[in-house]
Amino acid sequence: MTMKKDYEDIPGTFVFDADRARVGYHLNQFCISLGKAAGRDAFKADPEGYLARYPMSEEQKQAVRDRDWNRMLELGGNIYYTSKLAAFDGINFQNLAGLMTGMGVEPYREMMLNGGRSIEGNRYKSEWEEE
Amino acid sequence: MARITAGVGCSHVPAIGIAMDTGKTEEEYWKPVFAGFEKSREWMAKAKPDVIFLVYNDHCTAFDSSIIPTFALGCAPEFQPADEGWGPRPVPVVKNHPVLASHIAQSLILDEFDITIMNEMEVDHGLTVPLSVMYGQPEEWPALVIPLAVNVVMYPAPTGNRCYQLGKAIRRAVESFDEDLNVVIFGTGGMSHQLQYKRAGLINPEWDQAFLDRLTSDPVGLSQMPHVEYLREAGSEGVEMVMWHVMRGALDDDVTEVHRHYHVPASNTAVGHIILENKV
Ligand SMILES: [Fe+2]
Repeated sequence: MTMKKDYEDIPGTFVFDADRARVGYHLNQFCISLGKAAGRDAFKADPEGYLARYPMSEEQKQAVRDRDWNRMLELGGNIYYTSKLAAFDGINFQNLAGLMTGMGVEPYREMMLNGGRSIEGNRYKSEWEEE
Repeated sequence: MARITAGVGCSHVPAIGIAMDTGKTEEEYWKPVFAGFEKSREWMAKAKPDVIFLVYNDHCTAFDSSIIPTFALGCAPEFQPADEGWGPRPVPVVKNHPVLASHIAQSLILDEFDITIMNEMEVDHGLTVPLSVMYGQPEEWPALVIPLAVNVVMYPAPTGNRCYQLGKAIRRAVESFDEDLNVVIFGTGGMSHQLQYKRAGLINPEWDQAFLDRLTSDPVGLSQMPHVEYLREAGSEGVEMVMWHVMRGALDDDVTEVHRHYHVPASNTAVGHIILENKV
């Protein structure tokens, strides 16, 4: 029996469920290792060598190299993990969100100051033409 | 006898901690966030809890993807603030009431809540930011703190109902402890926010305010809300709010709302805060 995923019709969202956690395991473990100074130092010293310690898929590794934040989520990454890689690059949570939305950092910051993204038109994938 | 006298609901946005740690609370951006906690600090000074039972979630700090306990109770004598990628927060070490904590652990398990026991654990912003906003920047935290970490990062989080029932079990545990202690319970996280992917930045103030209203007027109905409603209406990270039901379940059915604060934005998030007191 498969679980019915009643949240898959939410637009622009990856719910980090147990299936995604399984697929993204090594990617996420790599990212979280950067939360500690030892991991950050080792990654800085030898990015490829450090990546090779984690048995990720080639696609996942490429997303890391490209700093393709959305791709990482598509491949099982979770934001609390990928945000450690962003922090390694000096990108905070808000600016990371700005990048993932495709809006860019300043327009995103502006949107948040004006009360954030409205729920209207953002509940269902059917309300988003491109998805 | 130990008693739970009040509950606090509170966001735990990391940027709030950073603003306090770097002296930015007087800046225009942050002023309204902190103004809403002035009354809370006065209330804390009067309420003087001996122990705070603090329900929060760990953000892959104590638990990475290798181990994901749904409920983990801190039983260690103390908890160090963790390095979350930008160095540990400059806040006091968090001291436990370990005797009460192990009493609660034992009571909960016999009450059929199969919790994980943590005899070593670092704590992240999920736990320290609520203490900071409620107490300011003291040399030492004025209360002992029992942490309960709830998994809300990997879906599914425990249901609202399970959290609410756990609150009731925590109350039974506290009330079966002999020492005279004033315990205040915190439920943290939220409010509406989405940190990830293309819908990031979602904020739903009407939904948030209705949630705050129903904490007093309809706590049982509120605890029945399915996860998909949090995810859709309050954002993928808004599901953190199930933790507020633990706090609510530990209080009387009938409570008085003594304070509320709501502000948008703090970084990506709607800040929500409420103080509920048991009557008498
Ligand atoms: Fe959180």
